[in-house]
Amino acid sequence: MATLPPGVSSADFSTALEQFAEAVGPDWVFSSDEDVALYRDAYSPFWGEEQELVASAAVSPTRVEEVQEVVRVANQYQIPLYPISTGKNLGYGGSAPSYSGSVVVDLKRMNRVLEINERNASCLVEPGVSYFDLYRAIQDQGAKLWIDCPDPGWGSPIGNSLDHGLGYTMNGYRDHFDAHCGMEVVLANGEVLRTGMGALPGSKTWQEYKYGFGPHIDGMFSQSNFGIVTKMGFWLAPEPEAFRTDSVKVYKYEDLIPLMDTVSYLVNSGIMNGRGTFGSPLTRNSAKDPALEELLSRPGGPDPRALERYAAENDVPYWTTDLRFYGLEKANDAHAEYAREKFSAIPGAKFEEGPRHRFPLTPEQQKTADHIVDFGIPNMTVFSGLAMQFRTSDNPNFGDLFYAAVIPKNGEAVFEAQRVFTEVASEFDLPLRFFSSLPSTWFPRAVVMLFSLPVSRNIEINKKTRAAFQRLVQVSEEHGWGEYRAAPAFQDLVMNAYSFNNNVLRRFHETVKDAIDPNGILSPGKSGIWPKRLRDA
Amino acid sequence: MNLFKTTLFFSLSCLVNQAFAQDAMVEHGNEVYLHWCAPCHDDGPRRAGTLALQFVYKGERPAVLDERTDLLPEYTKLIVRNGISIMPPFRKTEINDEELDALAAYLARNNN
Repeated sequence: MATLPPGVSSADFSTALEQFAEAVGPDWVFSSDEDVALYRDAYSPFWGEEQELVASAAVSPTRVEEVQEVVRVANQYQIPLYPISTGKNLGYGGSAPSYSGSVVVDLKRMNRVLEINERNASCLVEPGVSYFDLYRAIQDQGAKLWIDCPDPGWGSPIGNSLDHGLGYTMNGYRDHFDAHCGMEVVLANGEVLRTGMGALPGSKTWQEYKYGFGPHIDGMFSQSNFGIVTKMGFWLAPEPEAFRTDSVKVYKYEDLIPLMDTVSYLVNSGIMNGRGTFGSPLTRNSAKDPALEELLSRPGGPDPRALERYAAENDVPYWTTDLRFYGLEKANDAHAEYAREKFSAIPGAKFEEGPRHRFPLTPEQQKTADHIVDFGIPNMTVFSGLAMQFRTSDNPNFGDLFYAAVIPKNGEAVFEAQRVFTEVASEFDLPLRFFSSLPSTWFPRAVVMLFSLPVSRNIEINKKTRAAFQRLVQVSEEHGWGEYRAAPAFQDLVMNAYSFNNNVLRRFHETVKDAIDPNGILSPGKSGIWPKRLRDA
Repeated sequence: MNLFKTTLFFSLSCLVNQAFAQDAMVEHGNEVYLHWCAPCHDDGPRRAGTLALQFVYKGERPAVLDERTDLLPEYTKLIVRNGISIMPPFRKTEINDEELDALAAYLARNNN
């Protein structure tokens, strides 16, 4: 065994492993170096360095009673646990713990889809269920329901929603935690808690109504270390009749301001129920013309006016937005027509109709359509971006570290963010992808500036990535922006930025932590929340 | 003569059983492949594994994994348990050892 939980004797650890084995079966406790290595974060920016977060062992229960027993044993020997669902949160920490020496509680084998209720358009699942699994279960049942999935389909609806993950279909479903209804949690003392209507014995409405009675505490189990979630309900969307997408092109730099405002109006008024995404043919990714490449490569970032002149000379738009409408075909057409009128207020704006679909898609459409997460179909094509690196390198970077800052949903804020982040890119000699990185629009009222920083087996590259990440957090804090999600290695840093009133938020979390997990066994350090014994240490 | 017939029958039965067992293993391996590997390694646009191997092999070998005829079972197991480049390893709670044996047998089914 390479690593022991800090402060735990070898003898106690061995006894605990034996008791874990009694709880879950000897085949499902992993303590050999070879097996424990499977829980390393494959995209760790600390790979092979002393600070890399590594587990001491892993234990894999299949039933909630086994989770309870694991928690009881951990309390007895003060062994830190770190639950994972499918363990595929690459770029945000993967399957590695937030505190080295923790025993990973691998919930992958809790993989039952417990209910798909077509009438209520909801489901109840366990943590090991992946988006692929849930999609297949719905197809097998023949239910006319859509899931909303993030880019990689191997993730868990529970794990993703608890980490505030996001998807791509209709408003109200893309925010996966917001779309949940009811959860079951094993607390640090081994008790099982059900939230919302699930607290009512014999409840008929656990997946129908969220709040139950009294304080709504579900949020306390997201991005936290207050319990191990073993079941969650989710609301699903009835399969829409049709989909249409349209695009709008505008030609001036400042046109992004009315463009974003109009998209926000359409979304917030319910006229457009899908995402409005933003793009620009002037980005590095689209650049084919050496003259454009030169403009984009300007030290410190491109000059917006020079790009505006280039756009005019080459008759290309400065900005574009793609609109998405789901629902009845006639209603989609009416909404799109209204959108066309609204965008016509921007001088020179061009509205173009795009592809339309009716559902269900044919198997051929599913295989070839662009970005099928827009239709709630899980897949893995997002990794093709990393794979493209092999076109120019035999030994490309292994992965990404994601930096994801929440920015106001308006053009002025995006201009400022692009300027600020481009300066950081220049400082760390990162590719100026920052300029081309346009705001992601999963949320209805804010946008995310998402950057993927390179992760490698080369320590020097990783060091630079870490330094850039720290700088990004710092400049974000200076501008009133914060991250919505981060890998465990950086969660202290991110939580410390949420410092209003002498870090009262973090101190509140610590008070809760000490009260409900006095031995500090659950995910120490998760989201910057440390138990008392480790804070004092 | 009877002993000879009995021995022959027993030997043939063993061979047939082995063949059935091998077929069942390969079939099981196909299921594992479709569940875990195909999303990245199947034929089709934007499959990350296939795309990467197209660039790496430049047509010298098939980029679609289950069209290969040179994947030794031990190699498949090594890659699944260690990962390679952008592909992370797969834990035993995802693909257990028995499923990995079946997957390796499936990918080796057409080996030269």
